[in-house]
Amino acid sequence: MNQWKNFSKGLIKENAVFVLILGMCPTLAVTTSAINGMGMGLATTFVLVMSNVVVSLVKNLIPDKVRIPAFIVIIATFVTVVELVMKGYVPTLFDALGLFIPLIVVNCVVLGRAEAFASKNTVWSSLLDGAGMGLGFTMALTILGAVRELLGSGAFFGMKLISGDALLLFILPPGAFLALGYLIVLANMIKEKTA
Amino acid sequence: MDYILIIIAAVFVSNIVLNQFLGICPFIGVSSKVETAIGMTGAVTFVMVIATLVTYLIYHSVLVPLDIAYMRTITFILVIAALVQLVEIILKKISPPLYQALGIFLPLITTNCAVLGVALLAVQKDFNLLESTVFAFGNALGFGLALITFSGIREQLDLLNVPKRMKGVPIAFIVAGLMALAFMGFTGIV
Repeated sequence: MNQWKNFSKGLIKENAVFVLILGMCPTLAVTTSAINGMGMGLATTFVLVMSNVVVSLVKNLIPDKVRIPAFIVIIATFVTVVELVMKGYVPTLFDALGLFIPLIVVNCVVLGRAEAFASKNTVWSSLLDGAGMGLGFTMALTILGAVRELLGSGAFFGMKLISGDALLLFILPPGAFLALGYLIVLANMIKEKTA
Repeated sequence: MDYILIIIAAVFVSNIVLNQFLGICPFIGVSSKVETAIGMTGAVTFVMVIATLVTYLIYHSVLVPLDIAYMRTITFILVIAALVQLVEIILKKISPPLYQALGIFLPLITTNCAVLGVALLAVQKDFNLLESTVFAFGNALGFGLALITFSGIREQLDLLNVPKRMKGVPIAFIVAGLMALAFMGFTGIV
């Protein structure tokens, strides 16, 4: 498989959210606005890229039996880095994302890529794979965030487009499930058209 | 009285799945049959209560005195991973029937964000030891309520004629959305 494919498959064909249905907790929880979705996506991308690189560097040193705990420690280290950096530089985003920053540790996308890809491939391929998967994840969260923000508060990336009330439901928890459900239907339709 | 309020709040008002979005993976993944949903609930209840108890003790007797509270993410996930292994080994020895029933769900729980989430929330909310345990138990009940109800609905859903593109995951999300809407009715009772 050539290197471009390693990067591009995560964007659409194997998109973590719309196609693989992984990493649902942060996807639903933080996408009350496009900017929150994007922030969460980028934080996850950083952890994905770094943990993929480190895992592929040390893959031959880790005994097979303890590889999962070892991967979790590597991931948790980078999550702590993200936590401290975000707390220091973007405190408002840190507060908005709250509990879901430490919970990147248990995001199945991250552990899934470490186990399924980085532990079997070279550093360079793993880096591209992490970046592609992460950007696909970021894209999905930003789209979902933008849809919910548009319907729920009538704004786009914080710019108010309509005055007065919007469909508040879409900012509230039920709206997250409904919006994601319909977006997956839409993704399926697009997939059928292109296939 | 406070303890009852903690349970009611955790089960109905801020339900861990439908309001806090924790543990969505098992909620979507193992909800196609009521029987497996009950098994999963049992395993989660077991691990969640013990994990919250242990992480609480570690946080307050090791991390805080040493002033390394920022290490909590790494510590908690390791404790949970080790605990799940331990529970699995112990169950296998002392209660083979229970192991048979919960066995396959246990490894999945390590990456169930509800367990880590509840452990982190209990520390964040400044609960004491008993309150934390009750909080964990309440959240496990809330998880069970949502999961078992949802799997009941999904069993019925299999018999219905759902539009082709909505089959499977999309319709599950829409059903979950409607359930979340129903649970919003509990807002404000505590």
